[in-house]
Amino acid sequence: MKAAAFAYARAKSVDDALQLLAAHGDRAKVLSGGQSLMPAMNLRLISPELIVDIAGIAELRGIEVRGDTLHIGALTRHVDLQRSAEIAAYAPLLAQAIAHVSHPAIRNRGTIGGSLAHADPAAELPACMLALDAIVVVVGVGGERRIAAVDFFQGIFQTAMSAKELLVAVELPFAKKGCVHFFHEFARRHGDYAIAGLAALAKIEDGFFRNLKPALFAVGDRPLLAKSASRLINVALTPKLLSEVSGALGDELESQDDQQASGAMRRHLARVLFTRCIATMLDRPELAGGAA
Amino acid sequence: MTPTSIALEVNGERIEAQVLPRLNLADFLREHLHLTGTHVGCEHGVCGACTVRVNGEIVRACLMLAVQVDGNAVQTIEGLSDSGEVADLQEAFRNRNALQCGYCTPGMLIAAQDLLKQNADPSREQIREHLSGNYCRCTGYQAIIDAVESTARSRGSRS
Repeated sequence: MKAAAFAYARAKSVDDALQLLAAHGDRAKVLSGGQSLMPAMNLRLISPELIVDIAGIAELRGIEVRGDTLHIGALTRHVDLQRSAEIAAYAPLLAQAIAHVSHPAIRNRGTIGGSLAHADPAAELPACMLALDAIVVVVGVGGERRIAAVDFFQGIFQTAMSAKELLVAVELPFAKKGCVHFFHEFARRHGDYAIAGLAALAKIEDGFFRNLKPALFAVGDRPLLAKSASRLINVALTPKLLSEVSGALGDELESQDDQQASGAMRRHLARVLFTRCIATMLDRPELAGGAA
Repeated sequence: MTPTSIALEVNGERIEAQVLPRLNLADFLREHLHLTGTHVGCEHGVCGACTVRVNGEIVRACLMLAVQVDGNAVQTIEGLSDSGEVADLQEAFRNRNALQCGYCTPGMLIAAQDLLKQNADPSREQIREHLSGNYCRCTGYQAIIDAVESTARSRGSRS
C-alpha cells in the first residue's frame, strides 16, 4: 500500500525540530532513516499529519570517542556502525550484532536513533543497548535528559520519550578488559526480525562470572535483562545449576504467540540461547550438552 | 498537502519535479519518469524488488520519499543497463537461467553488482548474505548464486 497524505518539513537544526514537535505533538513523526517508519506508514499502521525530516541535521551524525565513552549520534547509520573501527574496538558486541540488522539496502539508510526510538521488541539494537549499559540522550524544549537503556524501553513501540522530545545520541561505556560478549538470534531468513535473540556482555575472571548482562529480544514486549542470570555470579557453575537457572529464565518471560512462533517456542528458544551463551562465554561446551 | 519542488539527477540526467510528500521514490521513478524497471513488490521493505542506488549506495525505493532524494543522484536498472555496467551480469543471469518471471531481477542485479563492487571474489555464503534482502519466488536462488559467482570469476580472470 501507499502512505496516507501528510505534510513534510525539513528540520535545519535540533531546535528547529523541537519547535515543530512542540507545536504538533503526537500528530507529528520524526523521519530519520525511515526504514521502520516508512513500512508502518505504507501499511497504514500509522498516519502522521506531519513528517519532520531530521536527516539534514549534521550535528546528529557520527561516532566520537569521549574519554572512555563512545558517543554515537542518532543519525549514525547501521552501515556506519558496521564499518567503524571505533565500534569494532570498543563495542565489539555491537559490531557483531549489526550484521544481523536487516539487509544491506536497509542498513544503508536505517539509523541507530531511529531503531531505538521505534523500540521494536524484536529489534537487535535495543537489546544491545541493555547489555552494554548505554545511556540514551534525548532533548526537549526544557533541556536534555539522559536515560539508562534499561529504563528507556517500556513496551511495544513504547519508550520513556515524549512525542515532543528528540533522541539525539547514545553513549556506550568502553568494553573493559576481561569482557566477553555473545550475540545470536533465530530468524526465518538472515536479516529478518528475530523469533528469539540474545545479546550479552560479561566480565569473567578465573572462570567465574563477575558481571553478566544477558539481554533477550523478541521474547517479550521489550528487550529484557534476564534476572535469573544473577544466580551465576561468583559461583562455580555446574550443568545442573545452569539448567535450573535457564528453567527459571523461561518462567520469567511472558512471550506471546504470533504468526512466527508460539510463546512456548519463544521461551524454549530463549533457554537454548541462554545456555549456549553461558557455555560459549566460559568456553565450556559441556555446559550446553543437555540444553536443547 | 502542497507539492514540493525537487531537483535531482536520475541516471546522469538532471530532473526537476513537483511532488507530493507522500510519493515514494519507486512510484516517482515509475509513474513520473516512466522508468518501470524499478519494480514494486511488497511496499514495506521486505522483498527488494524496488532496489535502486542513491549516491552510489543501494536502497529500497519504496522506503524513501521522493522529497528525500532532492539534491541526490539516483541510478536505476535502466541506467546500469544502458551504461553496460551490468552487461556481463545480465548475460550470466540469462546463461544460468537465473530468472523466470523476471520480477525480482532488476533488484537482484543491482544488489549483486553492489556486492561485486565491494568484494571482487565473494564466497557463495557471502553472495547469499548480500542477496538475503531480495526475494525470488521462481528460481530457488541456486541459479542466481551461480550467475553472480561466475560473473565474479570471469571479471577476476579479465583483470
